[in-house]
Amino acid sequence: MLARSVSKRFASALVPAVPYLWLGLLFLVPFLIVLKISLSDPAVAQPPYRPVFEWGDILGFLSQLDLENFETLIGDDLYLRATLSSVRIAAISTVLLLLVGFPVAYAMARAPARRRPLLVALVILPFWTSFLIRIYAWIAILKPEGLLTQVLTGMGLIGKPLAILNTEAAVYIGIVYAYLPFMVLPLYATLEKMDDTLIEAALDLGCPPWRAFWTITVPLAMPGVVAGSLLCFIPAVGEFVIPDLLGGSETLMIGRQLWSEFFSNRDWPLASAVAILLLILLVVPIVIYRDVEARRLETRS
Amino acid sequence: MGAVRRSFAPWSDPSATPLIRAENVTKRFGDSVAVDNLSVDIFEREFFCLLGPSGCGKTTLMRMIAGFEEPTAGRITLAGKSLAGVPPYRRPVNMMFQSYALFPHMSVERNIAFGLKQDRLPKGEIAARVEEMLRLVQLEKLAKRSPSQLSGGQRQRVALARALAKRPKVLLLDEPLGALDKKLREETQFELMDIQHELGMTFIVVTHDQEEAMTMADRIAVMDHGRIVQVATPGEIYEQPKTRFIAEFVGDVNILEGHVLGQEQGLWRVRSSGAATPLTIDDPDEVLHENQAVAIAVRPEKMVIQRDPPGPDAVNVLTGEVWDIGYLGDWTVYRVKLGSGAIIRVTRANRSRFVESPIDWDEQVYVTFAPDAAVILAE
Repeated sequence: MLARSVSKRFASALVPAVPYLWLGLLFLVPFLIVLKISLSDPAVAQPPYRPVFEWGDILGFLSQLDLENFETLIGDDLYLRATLSSVRIAAISTVLLLLVGFPVAYAMARAPARRRPLLVALVILPFWTSFLIRIYAWIAILKPEGLLTQVLTGMGLIGKPLAILNTEAAVYIGIVYAYLPFMVLPLYATLEKMDDTLIEAALDLGCPPWRAFWTITVPLAMPGVVAGSLLCFIPAVGEFVIPDLLGGSETLMIGRQLWSEFFSNRDWPLASAVAILLLILLVVPIVIYRDVEARRLETRS
Repeated sequence: MGAVRRSFAPWSDPSATPLIRAENVTKRFGDSVAVDNLSVDIFEREFFCLLGPSGCGKTTLMRMIAGFEEPTAGRITLAGKSLAGVPPYRRPVNMMFQSYALFPHMSVERNIAFGLKQDRLPKGEIAARVEEMLRLVQLEKLAKRSPSQLSGGQRQRVALARALAKRPKVLLLDEPLGALDKKLREETQFELMDIQHELGMTFIVVTHDQEEAMTMADRIAVMDHGRIVQVATPGEIYEQPKTRFIAEFVGDVNILEGHVLGQEQGLWRVRSSGAATPLTIDDPDEVLHENQAVAIAVRPEKMVIQRDPPGPDAVNVLTGEVWDIGYLGDWTVYRVKLGSGAIIRVTRANRSRFVESPIDWDEQVYVTFAPDAAVILAE
């Protein structure tokens, strides 16, 4: 009897612990490992860094850790330029995603209620194909003798092949294409919940439709705009595949820098330091978002 | 004020021009007809109620006046000018929505100022008008609050203030009190009447609540299936309903079915299965022929219930047995089962606090009513 109630109490204490265990094991521990590697020195060995953690001599182990890699990152302006360039590309992509995603989400939210599930399914549909294959497909479309050039020359709109592939423009096209669902879905969720009578009330009070859109619809869609922008901006900053496949060697992004440190130079400590830097860079907007969100909820209640 | 209101009857003045005139207005949504060839005149300063069950077309008619729907046929004019094709934001008409539709991202103040800002009034004037409106609905202290921080009654007031702020010629109110609890609803009814009188505006209220319509309206239009069945003052609607639908929709009523026997000294004689002797009804305006099937409508409060048999001269005597008694405090409701099996409702005002040997359940009783207490409704 007693044993049963103890095990029951243990079980009910365990349930809320599950998310913490998950976060601890799969996020915090790996983060600490990466942090530790970033403070180590590269070595020609297996694994390729020193010191390796040993239980016996913890003090000696800790004394070997240093900030050398971060000093390298700050000292070499390549990393600073790569970071700024990543942030710029991610920011421009996010603006483009908003410009494309808002009308899509708005049209979806305005569609007849019975047709909306189908539209949502269509937005998610690309996920059924491998991300990599879809990006490769863009190479075929954008390359100088590719589909886009053929279509446009066929229509007589351009004379010579387009040079889009291996430029930043191709990276924007790729990011906007690949991330659009992450922008559309949160926007759709907020716009769909919006009460249509608010627009009617605005019209009734003498506000023409386009002004009602800016003064009522857009402000009320802000939670969706912020959520969608963060969902796109954060992964776009660290994006590796799209700039690597579509951007050519000219496009400087921090994700590619990380990849080349890790795989080409086999400098795990420096690559880890880049990863930590990227993480700090991305935590800032999340904190800002949470702050905005908390303030919004505060005014609501 | 009462005297002023009593003399207010522009609808019976043939030279008066209506502010809003609907002429043969029809509105179809696909196959269904929401408003069916409807014509009505509404006058300046009138408190006009559109009353009817849900789906009767009252809201559609209101939305056509506001400009959210265009009539399929017919036309609506405001002060003599056709409203056809005029978008809602260009009509001198404002609406208070059933859901209030307050802008959740704006404070009370900014909600009220919204319509004034659209007209690009000078800042000082907007501020003055907002303050005036806040005072009118007694919300001065809540100007900076957001709508989510208000109670239902306060939100209703903000919605009213926002709709009134532009001083529209006509204010449309869609179920304005529907979301309030009973006590608040009664208070607000009188407040709405006061505000309407003070501002001298025309109010058109849509409601399904007959009590609300009776209390507030100068005239009521009872609607059913897209048509107006009767437009009249609350008293006329209640005491002289034109059809059985109106009699049953507005207030409680007992319907006695019967056949016309004839007319004697201006009074109709009607045989009804509920009564042993023919009924005598004083409803001289009705044109009836012998043996015509009619319904006789008598309001419960106009019937008298008694234990002792009435005198030999008494007319309209029904006999039955008390089936149910409901004590409501101010009133007692008796449900009496007649010999015919029909159950009628009789109410009695409880004028004294104690009654010696009150009428009890299962007792044999007599129910009488005066000839002029009943209305004959042709079937």
